[in-house]
Amino acid sequence: MTLTREVETHPGAASSMPVIRRSRRSWTGWGFMAPFMIVFLFVLLAPVLYSVYLSVYDTKLIGGTQFVGMDNYIRVMNDPQFWDGVVRILKFFAIQVPIMIFLALGAALAIDSARLRASGFFRIIIFMPYAVPAVVATLMWGFIFGDRFGLVANLNDFLNASIPSPLTSSLILLAIANIQVWTFTGYNMLIFYSTLRTIPEELYEAADLDGANQWWVIRSIKLPALRGSMVIALVFSVIGSFQLFNEPNVLKGLAPNSISSFFTPNMYAYNLSFSGQQYNYSATVALVMGVLTMIVAYSVQHFGTRKDER
Amino acid sequence: MAALSRYRKDTSVLSSVGVPKIKRSPLLFALMLFIAGYILLPLTWLVVNSTKTQKSLFSSFGLWFSGEFALFDNISKVLTYDDGVFVRWLANTALYVVVGAGGATLLAALGGYALAKFNFPGRRGVFILVLASLSIPGTALAVPTFLLFSQIGLTNTPWAVILPSLINPFGLYLIWIYASESVPTSLLEAARLDGAREFRIFFTIAFRLLTPGLITVLLFSIVATWNNYFLPLIMLSDPQWYPLTVGLNQWNAQSSTVGGEPIYNLVITGSLLAIIPIIAIFLYLQRYWQSGLVAGSVKQ
Repeated sequence: MTLTREVETHPGAASSMPVIRRSRRSWTGWGFMAPFMIVFLFVLLAPVLYSVYLSVYDTKLIGGTQFVGMDNYIRVMNDPQFWDGVVRILKFFAIQVPIMIFLALGAALAIDSARLRASGFFRIIIFMPYAVPAVVATLMWGFIFGDRFGLVANLNDFLNASIPSPLTSSLILLAIANIQVWTFTGYNMLIFYSTLRTIPEELYEAADLDGANQWWVIRSIKLPALRGSMVIALVFSVIGSFQLFNEPNVLKGLAPNSISSFFTPNMYAYNLSFSGQQYNYSATVALVMGVLTMIVAYSVQHFGTRKDER
Repeated sequence: MAALSRYRKDTSVLSSVGVPKIKRSPLLFALMLFIAGYILLPLTWLVVNSTKTQKSLFSSFGLWFSGEFALFDNISKVLTYDDGVFVRWLANTALYVVVGAGGATLLAALGGYALAKFNFPGRRGVFILVLASLSIPGTALAVPTFLLFSQIGLTNTPWAVILPSLINPFGLYLIWIYASESVPTSLLEAARLDGAREFRIFFTIAFRLLTPGLITVLLFSIVATWNNYFLPLIMLSDPQWYPLTVGLNQWNAQSSTVGGEPIYNLVITGSLLAIIPIIAIFLYLQRYWQSGLVAGSVKQ
């Protein structure tokens, strides 16, 4: 049973439609729908449209605001600082996501198997970091990694060694990857675990009758069932990495030399607005990055789903 | 909800009663203990170090207590430092959570109910718009929203943080599924025949049936607003309106700045105080997370 098929048999999408078609059209529903839609248009659609408007203008000291067409977009495409951030988040994605998915998958399989004692305890503990604000998670790990009073400093004192702090510029991407692994492993674990719980019991009974061992059950029943959730986890991870902002921005306070103002595209857009007052260009960077994120997220979903149907 | 109806019985019950033969694996337990240790490491560090004075922070081993037990002293300093600005930040966070997350849940409830139970002109358009917005990452909107809000003078007011928090497309989607599943149309028809008005029907009949779905949406919204950082950071310049996340980071930045007063002990104790309420809510209502995630994985 795959998740894509679940969408097709979705009661909300399929079975409730005929009921609604039978009822007469009336404006009554708007009484309930209007509050959401009004705020939606104001905080979702309007900012995007306004940014599109900003992105085709430019404000210069001499000459004021002028229509510049695609100039800002061309500038983004040729901006080494923008691409520096893009390459960095791609590296980040390549490091962080496999580790996190692997851990989450292992934990979900362990909790789902009846062989683990105290599985409820582990489920709650591993999911708990999801509730911890990114700022606090980053501060905790940042202090631990720091060479002032962190554990790295303790280790160095104790061993009389000089292990480099993970906050040095060559290691900081790993430090951020660790923070995100810590925060989101449990969330992905629960997505996987929820899917494992939907596998019909009869499948396991049949495997049991055939004398199948645990590994066979994992490989032939559990992993195939998890493919759809894997795609979801990847889509969330694409968004999380491509929109990276909180962790590096907080770490900047602890390790100012390791994190530039264009460390990630989102930080670049933020700093263009705040330190540079280049609002038009900032809007363009944010838009390009948003579109890029959506394209990659959509491709992951498309690719993953097509594989599924084969 | 195809996935939910086929929901298996709890494995722990099965293993202890139904299938007594399964052997527990000590190796698996040890591996999971290792992961749990990793998860608990920074939290333990935080608790231990919130009991230290600024001086012994620098001179002691990070994972054990040292010097005088300064937790209560630290807490009182956190609450009184800079005329009690931390309390103000806590109150702001509470305001953003109550109005933002509460409002988001209410708007999602009304809208999801409308999509599930009414046939109104433009329903299809609304549906497409909301589905499309599900894939727009929230952080990608922070800068554009800031640019628009600063144009119309909304920045540096609580509204700049609250208004964007009010929209939760995923929550709307969840309620929409939930309402088409668990609110029988015949019940609504009967109430209408009795002459009840639509909003009365919603608040007396539908609202009660929707409660489990609403709590799930509320929980996700509470965590999202409590932990919100980018949006308030970009919107607010007056520390009087900061939520805890932005305030704590400002304390940390002050400590790291040359010439700024280092208050690491306050940053650490403040961090601890900032996560206690959200973890308490989280643990108390943890069973609702699961149902939200199940529905979430059905979504895609």
